[in-house]
Amino acid sequence: MDVKDIIKEENLVYSKPSLLSDKITHYCPGCSHGVVHKLLAEVIEELGIQEKTIGVSPVGCAVFAYNYIEIDWQEAAHGRAPAVATGIARVDPDKVVFTYQGDGDLASIGTAEIMHAANRGENIVVVFINNAIYGMTGGQMAPTTLLGQVTATTPCGRDLERNGYPLKITELIGQLPGAAYVSRQSVHTPAAVRKCRKALRKSFENAMAKKGTSFVEVVSTCSSGWRLSPVEANKWMEENMFPFYPIGDIKDGQKAEAGDFMQQNLKN
Amino acid sequence: MGELRLMKGNEVIAEAAIRCGCDAYFGYPITPQSEVMETLMAREPWNQTGMVVLQAESEVASINMVYGAAGAGKKVMTSSSSPGISLMAEGISYIAGAELPCVIVNVQRGGPGLGTIQPSQADYFQSTKGGGHGDYRLIVLAPASVQEMHDFVGLAFELAFKYRNPAMILADGAIGQMMEKVELGEFVARQTTEQVDAQYGSWATTGKKKSRAKNVITSLELDSALMEQNNLRFQEKYRKMQQDEVSFEAIRCEDADYVLVAFGSSARICQKSVELARAKGIKVGLLRPITLFPFPSEPIARLAKQVKGFMTVEMNAGQMIEDVRLAVNCAGERNPVHYFGRLGGIIPTPGEVVEALEQKLIGG
Amino acid sequence: MAKVRGAVVVDIEACKGCGLCVVACPHQVLAQNKQVNSRGYHYSFMEHAENCIGCSNCAVVCPDTCITVYRVKSEKTV
Repeated sequence: MDVKDIIKEENLVYSKPSLLSDKITHYCPGCSHGVVHKLLAEVIEELGIQEKTIGVSPVGCAVFAYNYIEIDWQEAAHGRAPAVATGIARVDPDKVVFTYQGDGDLASIGTAEIMHAANRGENIVVVFINNAIYGMTGGQMAPTTLLGQVTATTPCGRDLERNGYPLKITELIGQLPGAAYVSRQSVHTPAAVRKCRKALRKSFENAMAKKGTSFVEVVSTCSSGWRLSPVEANKWMEENMFPFYPIGDIKDGQKAEAGDFMQQNLKN
Repeated sequence: MGELRLMKGNEVIAEAAIRCGCDAYFGYPITPQSEVMETLMAREPWNQTGMVVLQAESEVASINMVYGAAGAGKKVMTSSSSPGISLMAEGISYIAGAELPCVIVNVQRGGPGLGTIQPSQADYFQSTKGGGHGDYRLIVLAPASVQEMHDFVGLAFELAFKYRNPAMILADGAIGQMMEKVELGEFVARQTTEQVDAQYGSWATTGKKKSRAKNVITSLELDSALMEQNNLRFQEKYRKMQQDEVSFEAIRCEDADYVLVAFGSSARICQKSVELARAKGIKVGLLRPITLFPFPSEPIARLAKQVKGFMTVEMNAGQMIEDVRLAVNCAGERNPVHYFGRLGGIIPTPGEVVEALEQKLIGG
Repeated sequence: MAKVRGAVVVDIEACKGCGLCVVACPHQVLAQNKQVNSRGYHYSFMEHAENCIGCSNCAVVCPDTCITVYRVKSEKTV
């Protein structure tokens, strides 16, 4: 059978989701952002919520996320995306609002905003790309940079005494009663991508069902920042990131009711 | 005649917000303006008009919630006091850069730093020259009474939406805390989702319809040629404000030899000073800028042809005096422009003002 | 016996030559072209088209969504 006979409309099994724009992304070759963007476009399309989904893009490499998915967007100041999303979701409860943030944005400068948005149980989805480095500014140390990891600002490797510990913020979020679903995923293999897609879909369904904050960390690569080829970067991630940032669900349910959380509310 | 009540300036900000159809308030407690959010929470407007009121984790979060809700085309506001406004500066710059309407109330206290909780007007520069990074301006309204605290909420929203620009009500601890009789406005219904969509759907994040391209709220533009165009558009907007929106009050300026220039609480004090001076036979008038940006430069320039001199009265180290001098000198006039003020939360007395006037302008 | 046959189409200009699809392919169908596209990337192509089963793994991991996948069940035995 000739290839020409296979490549026909009726045999199509996989193509670009319609909500993903035709623009070629500004991301480096092999960057995980592209896969996660695609998954978001697929999930939004699949759930039929294009007209009610509002994306909030961060400061960092994904600042231009709004160029690639055909929905309404708002671009937030560094770290403030969860507050911006809170503002939108509170005045427009019918909308499905998600933030898309990197590790510097979410786990460093925006720690207060993410903790409090999740603690209030805002009905939003948070997509957290953790590649353990600042990509946009040229590969500096991130809060999630591993001990010993070389970056532009830790040229001899991250040093515990000088730089402190890598931050497992997803585990912290998992402790908050306002969080409905907290999961850590990756997109380095076909199976991982399919699991990540399910986690994202569940998160959007949670937001629609007003179950509280859903938070999906995607352990990602930054081949440019790590100075590795995309294929080597995946390998480095498996060997070094996964032992410290283990893949899997951390919490799956819905935000706590007052009674679940404390024995009782204080009476007025 | 509308409903009359005896209210605090801060309380009336809350009441006016509910009545003018405000969609949301996001804030963080700080003295001397915490009554704004306290009043809103006690009024529970979510049960009456559907207005959202949320206590955020910080001023930084508050202003970014405002940014988000404003991006959705909603009438949204926050309030704070000086140190809190400094924290909001980044967010305000984003809001100005993304061309969104919102209302910010600054009930000023004395600085710098943590300073004092007593009234001050030391944030004049910060408010009228932008306050955050980049070339932007806020529409700045300076209320001098509890009634104006009420009236300016609606006015600030009107101007903010007209120009798609943040508007600030620049009050101070004295006006925020004092009680006066106030006539409350009628209730205006909040806009429905359909109305917001029809009016602001061309730019707001109302959800991408098949019929239109996606709306993106952003202040980012990496192409310098386009960013210059954005900036030129902003500047044109500020020029238009200067042309159409200047507001001021002139009290007994017609026959004045000397004119006091003062806003907000200082202007209230100066009203008494005018009376005291006139009783002494000194012909003094008061020019009270109501919009601090756009600044009433032209009326001051016109007065410069008539009077012997000006004195600004400010609860700061002399900030507005620069704008008064610019107004006078740019009109080619050379009248002396002096300043008198008290700092650190101290409110000048009417007598002190007259004394300063006599020393600096008449005796000098 | 039915055999599944597949084929992929790579959008050559959109491909950044990251090579992740090459690794993801279970049947070594894909390779990076010695030639480059207009942006200088060694774009992916089907080196062994006959091995493709249309599993979509390459397209699923592609960060640039530049792979379209087709699949047929062929009755012919090979």
